[in-house]
Amino acid sequence: MNCLDILEKIGDYVDKELDPTLCVEIEKHLEDCDPCVAFVNTLKKTVELFNRAKISENSIPEPVSSKLRGFLKENISTAGE
Amino acid sequence: MNLFPPNGIGYMSKDARAKAAGTPAQSEEDLALISRVNGGDYGAFERLVRKYEARVYHHCLKFLNSQEDAEDVLQDTFLQAYRSLSGFRGEAAFSTWLMKIATNNCLMRIRKRKKVDIVSIDKPIDYDGSHLPREIVDWSKNPSLMSANDEIREVLDYTISLLPEDKRVVLILKDLEGFSNIEIGEMLGMSVAAVKSRLHRARLFMRDALSAYFEGTLKLAKTEPER
Repeated sequence: MNCLDILEKIGDYVDKELDPTLCVEIEKHLEDCDPCVAFVNTLKKTVELFNRAKISENSIPEPVSSKLRGFLKENISTAGE
Repeated sequence: MNLFPPNGIGYMSKDARAKAAGTPAQSEEDLALISRVNGGDYGAFERLVRKYEARVYHHCLKFLNSQEDAEDVLQDTFLQAYRSLSGFRGEAAFSTWLMKIATNNCLMRIRKRKKVDIVSIDKPIDYDGSHLPREIVDWSKNPSLMSANDEIREVLDYTISLLPEDKRVVLILKDLEGFSNIEIGEMLGMSVAAVKSRLHRARLFMRDALSAYFEGTLKLAKTEPER
């Protein structure tokens, strides 16, 4: 496995969806290839940063929520019943 | 040099395998609420709105980079969901069905803007070339990444806005919303292979952008959000 093979398979590797045999080959390559290690580490960190960002987005500003409820009540005939 | 644990990070986990092969995680609570809405109980619909409004709002905000547009699409999405709910068959999870409506509305809104995003990152890596560059800076252990901070958050928001639309939508759905590749494929009418391919390109783009930021060649554009 060479550096370009790593690049092709790295998405499934980071998502833990790669065949175990290929994982072993990737890790064997990484033992001797510092640029690929840096590449894999930074790609993993990129995904981690986004995963971390999603956790804090579980609230909505109250004015936005109020406007939404008002809009739906105006436009749905059964809303006021 | 081996920086990975003995059992490796790349093996498919039990959960990942179940998700890859499995049926949608349908919420019993959602199904009960939907049934009540279809019976004329508007209060049940309000509970669905309460449950999912933040998720839809942040999805639209990330996608459209405009608070005004995000609010409009949020409203249109829930109205459309209400009007279509009698046709909901439960083949996908309600959240997936709802996000599909939101995503389509976001795409329509972007197309209405009739604007082409010009993307420019200094010295991008040529992934289609014959080799990787020999000098890759490993910024993954940069101290500024140890805790969530506003500037990193700003960098993420900015770099997402640089992504071309077709890749942005997949990245948001996967890495920010947590949908599976199968669910994203259903939402966008694409094969799982096509989803993976776009996601891969999007992540490479984001990695490049973050590398440029840490190497000092990418500056944040301090602009007002689009209106």
